[in-house]
Amino acid sequence: MRARRGRGILPGFRLSLGTSLLYLALLVLVPLAGVALRGATSSWEDIWRAATSARALASFRLSFLASLGAGAANAAGGLLIAWVLVRYRFAGRSVLDALVDVPFALPTAVAGLALTAVYSAEGWVGRWLAPLGIRVAYAPAGVWLAMTFVGLPFVVRTVQPVLAEMDTHLEEAAAVLGAGRLQAFSRVIFPTILPAVLTGFTLAVARALGEYGSIVFISGNLPLRTEIAPLLIVARLEQYDYAGATALALVLLLASFALLFATNVLQRWSVRRLGPAPG
Amino acid sequence: MRVQGGQRWAVLAAVALSLAACRRGADAPPRLHLLNASYDPTRELYADLNAAFGRHRRAVGAPEVEIRQSHGGSGKQARAVLDGLEADVVTLALAYDIEVLAKAGLVPPGWQDSLPHRSAPYTSTVVFVVRKGNPLRIRGWTDLERKGVQVIAPNPRTSGGARWGYLAAWGAALRRNGGDEKKARESVAALYANVPVLDTGARGASTTFAERGVGDVLLAWENEALLLADEIGKDRFDIVVPKVSILAEPPVAVVDKYAGKHGTRAVAREYLEFLYSEEGQEIAARHHFRPRSAEAAERHAARFPRLELFTIDEAFGGWESAQRTHFAEGAIFDQIAVAQARR
Repeated sequence: MRARRGRGILPGFRLSLGTSLLYLALLVLVPLAGVALRGATSSWEDIWRAATSARALASFRLSFLASLGAGAANAAGGLLIAWVLVRYRFAGRSVLDALVDVPFALPTAVAGLALTAVYSAEGWVGRWLAPLGIRVAYAPAGVWLAMTFVGLPFVVRTVQPVLAEMDTHLEEAAAVLGAGRLQAFSRVIFPTILPAVLTGFTLAVARALGEYGSIVFISGNLPLRTEIAPLLIVARLEQYDYAGATALALVLLLASFALLFATNVLQRWSVRRLGPAPG
Repeated sequence: MRVQGGQRWAVLAAVALSLAACRRGADAPPRLHLLNASYDPTRELYADLNAAFGRHRRAVGAPEVEIRQSHGGSGKQARAVLDGLEADVVTLALAYDIEVLAKAGLVPPGWQDSLPHRSAPYTSTVVFVVRKGNPLRIRGWTDLERKGVQVIAPNPRTSGGARWGYLAAWGAALRRNGGDEKKARESVAALYANVPVLDTGARGASTTFAERGVGDVLLAWENEALLLADEIGKDRFDIVVPKVSILAEPPVAVVDKYAGKHGTRAVAREYLEFLYSEEGQEIAARHHFRPRSAEAAERHAARFPRLELFTIDEAFGGWESAQRTHFAEGAIFDQIAVAQARR
């Protein structure tokens, strides 16, 4: 992006770029460097051992699989919600729209407690699932559920504006040219919103990966079964084992970064292939 | 809209000036402050103690002190102080967490002997909370190992309070089996095999047991158990006191480095000594902690049944060694947990 030479209302390019960098550095880069430096005080073997113990591996497996699952559920559910919000006008639409953001605002501990209350074997929903042999609270499904909850807004909020800006003439043209509804969706609409869905999916997965507050209430925290990686980090901090905690944190950090980087690449690829998203 | 360069800077300067003015307004006249970094279930206890300490200071004509509280998990609080939370005193759940501060030079090395009773002004123990009427007839530690009994206990890896519970079970098993470590390990493993949920903190475990209705027995600090049975769930729970349990000694200390920096060393020490006064002891007893003072104990004897109590120093040779053998990465608790999950 090129700096604009015209004098705007705010101080110019250099000042705003400098402030942005400082802002990012203070909030993101410096704390992250701190994590990396604390990890650097221990040897690679120590980090490797801490990050590959049976419990650490089990927790990574659960954390990654559950957050990918949560991201997928949110991609499907979020797309549907965005569609309903954009394409239909109905009573209570603005309430529904506002409801989507609740997972952002609600303290995650409250979310965890509420979900556990509803999905435990005695809860409103849990008591109907228990006879079917489905356990949600204190089982891996609970981890997935909490992750899905906290990631809900991402896909909705990334897809919504793209859908809203989409030219309905394209669909009409498709219909005129003989496309069925399914065909119009899969050939015309879906390619347009795919980049937005992907972005939302990745953000939801990254958010789920780091989630701690709500999950520890619903997961039961059983070693090798329902322990998430952030819980092991907290457990190590509790022993004043900063190096061990940092080793796990580094793995999570690299994974999140890889995910976000992958989205950016996908994003660029789909823009190149399909042309920029309208709007 | 366009704004001239000069005007622009004037606006920025005005904003900066008004921010500076706010800062000046926040400076209150100098006053004595104490920050007490404490652990979770002491919130109500210290609210009362602080008020009583204030009355006591006024009665003797001493200048007023404002005491601020900070609460959280015991280990988390110790880490906060370690990382620069300038608490004048710490009142935590286990000596291990203050020992860490001593190692970092924040608390003098002999801190535990600088106040009476190894710096623990009140004590507690680990008891069982059961459903009303005790339907499963839980009487002692071995009942928690029975098949089909669900025990709710927090995770010793993430909760200081939970470590007292684990060590109580271990120590009681050692006594039963004449000091046989192998048998103690089997007992504790059988107990934790009955735990369906390992909450990260003591209050979380109470919630799981009381509100979620999960489990038959809650392994809890006596003060939490009494709170649950007396105040939260009247007629819903009974307390079962085992014959043998651990003497939980939540310690207190002046954080010398920060108290020195704030010039509050004397008042911080006076505050901690007040915890040992008759009034302080009475308040502790009312908040379900076992008082050290004989008179206060006499007055509340009905609520604190007698039982055989062992200390962590007797049974485990102190926190340092208990921590190393039981709770470190890959130590006995981890081994038990992993063996169970594999089964």
